[in-house]
Amino acid sequence: MTLSGTYILRRVLIALPSLLGISVVLFTVLALAPGDPFGDIVSNPNIPAEVAANLRKKFGMDDPVMVRYFRWLLAMLQGDWGFSFASRIDVDTLILQRLPTTLLVVGSSQILALLIALPVGVYAATRPYSLFDQIANTLTFVGFSLPTFFTGLMLILVFSIQLDWLPFVYRADITSTGWHFYWDHLKQTIMPVTVLALFQAASWTRYVRSAALDVVKLDYVTTARSKGLKESVVVLKHVVRNAMIPVVTLVALQVPAIFGGAIVTEQIFRVPGIGSLLISAILANDTPVIMAVTFVFSCLVIFFNLLADILYAWLDPRIALS
Amino acid sequence: MTASSNSVRAELVEASSSATDPSTGSEPRPGEGRGRTGESDSAARAKPISLAQDIWRRFKRHRLALVGMVILLIIVIGVIIGPWLWTVPINEIDFGARLKPPSLKHPFGTDDLGQDLLARMLYGGRISMAVGLAAMFIAIVVGTIIGAVAGMSRGFIDTALMWLTDLFLSLPQLPLLLLIIYLFRDSLKKIVGPEVGVFVMVVIVIGGFRWMPVARLVRAQFLSLREKEFVEAARALGASRTRQVVRHILPNALGPVIVAGTIDVAAAIIAESTLSFLGLGFPPDIPTWGRMLFDAKDYLDIAPYWALFPGMLIFLTVLSINYIGDGLRDALDPRRVLG
Repeated sequence: MTLSGTYILRRVLIALPSLLGISVVLFTVLALAPGDPFGDIVSNPNIPAEVAANLRKKFGMDDPVMVRYFRWLLAMLQGDWGFSFASRIDVDTLILQRLPTTLLVVGSSQILALLIALPVGVYAATRPYSLFDQIANTLTFVGFSLPTFFTGLMLILVFSIQLDWLPFVYRADITSTGWHFYWDHLKQTIMPVTVLALFQAASWTRYVRSAALDVVKLDYVTTARSKGLKESVVVLKHVVRNAMIPVVTLVALQVPAIFGGAIVTEQIFRVPGIGSLLISAILANDTPVIMAVTFVFSCLVIFFNLLADILYAWLDPRIALS
Repeated sequence: MTASSNSVRAELVEASSSATDPSTGSEPRPGEGRGRTGESDSAARAKPISLAQDIWRRFKRHRLALVGMVILLIIVIGVIIGPWLWTVPINEIDFGARLKPPSLKHPFGTDDLGQDLLARMLYGGRISMAVGLAAMFIAIVVGTIIGAVAGMSRGFIDTALMWLTDLFLSLPQLPLLLLIIYLFRDSLKKIVGPEVGVFVMVVIVIGGFRWMPVARLVRAQFLSLREKEFVEAARALGASRTRQVVRHILPNALGPVIVAGTIDVAAAIIAESTLSFLGLGFPPDIPTWGRMLFDAKDYLDIAPYWALFPGMLIFLTVLSINYIGDGLRDALDPRRVLG
């Protein structure tokens, strides 16, 4: 059941071309865009033409596309992500400030989603077409048909405005100390995490149910039952582990959507993560930040896909051997 | 990703789509399912059932899909003929009627400028539907072409196209959508005007990020169909490659594509609403459903109906379309036997 280091290394080496591919897509979009991405400086009438020309030369904006691409890629890899026009600090500092919040909200929402989807999906699959299954099925349809922005507004309406239980603006500068500090933090994280978790849980429940439904029919599950194993052992040891294999793949495919949902959620609740940073950078025409955040999102997607690949091999050792 | 693990993955994705699509493996031709429906005895006497009738019969059995279709039809007819019946202009500003809750004069209330919400929602519905259908069309066309080319050609082209598909699947879509809109918005506006420009761009970008599942489905169908006897027969009769694809393979691969296309409409509507909700979609004077939510979100405490109505409409539309897709999946799967 051990995972070989070579397998992990191989997956890492395979993830790199994907990252390069994404960087090419990103840069192509930027290069195809009409006008100057740094137009604010260069086309500013207050800056004399020769200064502008020098600036263009300094940033190498007149070089061939290939040269510009490799210079941009090298700079990104070295962590030299440029200077934010709007915030007046280095882009990498800005992103590093914001990233932990995003990862915290996204991470806890995924755990919550898993805690909902796994038991509900498996329970529904062991009793297909029962009342529980039908209710769960209807709720999952409702869950992934509800756009995150609408769920977010509804939660605010109910829990912040009607009931006044939870704050609807996420604050990074909570002044209370000690125990209260954590309580306030928890309270303001509940709604963003719930919104993301509900959406994910809905589609995951469907995946888990259909994967588990395929597994429970298999002979080895019947064998396990006829050996006299307890139902809980059969479900947990025989069904769940094998049902998780296709689920991991599907979850990996959903990673881009998860981060898309995070952008919306951060924007609704004003969570100071990189998603809301992206939106405010777009509104402020802050090109270096926009490029960097998009790049970070790409890296995160690749990283979680890699994680899924490794998890996949752990669940199904045949994969690592083939 | 390596070819091996990649193909394992691809198969799993297609197989696992039992959540989304159970149409891999051997596919009998759509018409054939009929023979096994338990009516073969009476088939000689009864009037023959056409393929469309058969699909409709199967679709009807999915009660929620039927309900979804009725609701969607009401919404579609509403947004198409509604603006002729409810002739209040969408941009008539009336500060005397600011933020009025629903009343006889304004059945869905008014916004912060006193504009009638019912009229704006009917107008916005047209845009949402148009964006959904147009983006779906792009996704289907691109996906079918790429999937068909990959499925018909072996070796390098197939590998390269599937690598491209996998790459697109792992792109962070919403950030890229926002980036593209940010970079191209102004120049497109100059060329074709703000409304058409934003519409074209939103449709192309959303459609351009949704073709991958279709391409995978079509490729999987092609891989199995091109080895089938009826295609071999056509080949033996001297049918050209194009004719094999267009006349024999493609029609039999359409079932899952139709299902994927249906769900794409819902996804495109959500994507457009998301962009508008972030304030980066259509300009403020075009009231799409997402844009209305964006405007309403700062007035949740005093005018909750303003957000509730367009939000519920998005939800109902998307839910109906998803259920219709579910019903179509059952109806178009010829292996399913009618009881």
